[in-house]
Amino acid sequence: MLTYKVNDRVLSVKLTGDIDHHSVIAIRERIDEILFEEDIIKLVFDLSETSFMDSSGLGLILGRYRKCSEMGIEVAVSGVNDRTEKVIRLSGIDKFIKVSRYSSEDPKGQNVG
Amino acid sequence: VKKDRKVLNEARIRFKGISANEAFARICVSGFVISAVGALGRTLTAEELADIKTSVSEAVTNSVVHGYRDSKGDVSMTMRLFSDGELYISITDKGCGIEDVSKAREPLYTTDPMNDRCGMGFSIMESFMTRLTVTSAPGKGTKVVMTKKLSLEEEDK
Repeated sequence: MLTYKVNDRVLSVKLTGDIDHHSVIAIRERIDEILFEEDIIKLVFDLSETSFMDSSGLGLILGRYRKCSEMGIEVAVSGVNDRTEKVIRLSGIDKFIKVSRYSSEDPKGQNVG
Repeated sequence: VKKDRKVLNEARIRFKGISANEAFARICVSGFVISAVGALGRTLTAEELADIKTSVSEAVTNSVVHGYRDSKGDVSMTMRLFSDGELYISITDKGCGIEDVSKAREPLYTTDPMNDRCGMGFSIMESFMTRLTVTSAPGKGTKVVMTKKLSLEEEDK
């Protein structure tokens, strides 16, 4: 599942629930539609309400990163927790994609303990 | 493996190899391991449970995406908890099998990059579980066996 908003040409996509091979199919399609319809300079994945993510989620992020790079769009990941961060760090995608613990709705991390 | 260890609990399930059952397999393994460990008056850490769910999700996704890419069939999952705290999980399909298992286990190797497969499935299973064994016969199917030594912490009173 996803919810999204566009603010000042920044597309923030909140991935909610379990992100696996089954759920990424529709998510990928929706993001690609939004990227086509809207004028975007940055895409931020918000994982603050993601209950589970496996390598299919990594593939989703990596695939959007490749596509966005070609279009000159920056990609970042926000709102990671211990679980999602473990999968992300293992893959090494954090070497070229900025990953932060803060939610895109709470950019300064004021609500993070 | 010590000779005197016993099987404390065991469950087997068989389900259709379709993507909707990736979540079902995660729910099954969570239910099994939480109740089997709970019956001992012990508990799992959140990290252990997440590691197990993620590894099962990877193995079942492999069966659905790769094993059954040109055919349809079931996935079988066997779960066992041993008295020495080892969790055993096997996931078997009767799909197309893997030609070169050691190649498939290499990080970032995938036969399907166009569909955003990132080639991290086996690396995640290897890293999140204690041991991983993959046996496969082209045209016959694949069996993935994973074990994890659980910490079996005392439950908070």
